[in-house]
Amino acid sequence: MNSLDLFLSLIKNGLATTLSLTFLSAALAFVLGLLSGLARLSRYGILRAVSSVYVEFFRGTSLLVQLFWIYYVLPVLGFRIPSFQAGVLAIGLNFGAYFSEIVRSSILAVPKGQTEACVALNFSPRKRMTRVVFPQALLRMLPSLGNQMIELLKSTSLVSLIALGDLTYRANILNASTFQTTTIYSLLLLLYFLISLPITRGVKLAEQKLSAGRL
Amino acid sequence: MLWDWQFAFSILPQILAALKITISATFAGFLLALILGMLFMFLSRSRVQPVSVVVKWLVQFIRNTPLLVQLYFVFYVFPELGVSLSPFTAGVIGLGIHYSTYLSEVFRSGIDAVPKGQWEACRALNFTRSQTWWKIIIPQGIPPVIPVIGNYLISMFKDTPLLSAITLVEILQTAKIIGSGTFRYLESFTIVGVLFFLLSYPASKLVKYMENRWNPRY
Repeated sequence: MNSLDLFLSLIKNGLATTLSLTFLSAALAFVLGLLSGLARLSRYGILRAVSSVYVEFFRGTSLLVQLFWIYYVLPVLGFRIPSFQAGVLAIGLNFGAYFSEIVRSSILAVPKGQTEACVALNFSPRKRMTRVVFPQALLRMLPSLGNQMIELLKSTSLVSLIALGDLTYRANILNASTFQTTTIYSLLLLLYFLISLPITRGVKLAEQKLSAGRL
Repeated sequence: MLWDWQFAFSILPQILAALKITISATFAGFLLALILGMLFMFLSRSRVQPVSVVVKWLVQFIRNTPLLVQLYFVFYVFPELGVSLSPFTAGVIGLGIHYSTYLSEVFRSGIDAVPKGQWEACRALNFTRSQTWWKIIIPQGIPPVIPVIGNYLISMFKDTPLLSAITLVEILQTAKIIGSGTFRYLESFTIVGVLFFLLSYPASKLVKYMENRWNPRY
């Protein structure tokens, strides 16, 4: 096989899995991060406690260990999970914890005067968050979220270790059958780099769009 | 009850023994990352334009590609180029190179935060380049970013299980071997998770404490 064939074979077999895994686990992580980030700022102690246990636990242990735990241990406890779902769950839960910290710190970074102004203007707490505080916090989150998205994309390669057919897994298979090790792994690195470029670009664009008309 | 305490205690010594490999890989990798990170930082500031441009691209490339694939690259491709490495050495090199790109950015931010007047004072006092760096700039630029460096040490520690993919028998691989031999994954993987948490949680609290203590102005 020449390098072009190898490249096409990688893309044909693994790209869809890597991309859908990235997309779905990012969506899960966003939802979890938003919920638990808001919960950590809640008035209710129980919500704060649950959310900080979640965040500290998933940030404190290794993603690969979490992935293996979900894939190998949950079936023992009676929950059989296919490898794709296990990957989405592990990556989503892990990055949700990191996103949660970003959400929390960005909301805290919005100047207090904004909240006070809302109170003075008699905004309801919900309106205060959705119309004033959160839009400003979102702008602060974007650069960190963009970095974390790249980290998330990179970490999808771990699912190859639970035999899910993503780019890295396909590269390993291809390597075992063709022995063109140098070409295959160089192409694989290049491919991940190419996927990361639009993410970086997209975050930059979103930043410009959101900061338009602001000081 | 699914959890078997007796079994858990019987496999604990084996897992703790493997923890030594994990920890030594972490520190060896981190030492390499510190050295390479410094080097990348200096090179990306080079006045020779092609050098700084190439280094910046290289750093960007390494940062945006997965550590796992880089480990495969070091472990499987280097032998084709004539350098055969043991799994431990390959793992340390992979971790070191990957994290050096993060550390070089951390160093850069630290150095950039040193006020310009310090450079100008060095120039005015006729300090040599190396005196300027080692006596004035680095002692002021690096200490404020030590907590950030500490956080990367913790991240690296949590990334060492990836070395199991290049056949290094570290803590996770040991747990997997125990699991596949006895069909008891619950105890072995849970112990590994708990050990990671027990080590990295206090470490991250320590970093946070350092951050508050050293940088009270933030």
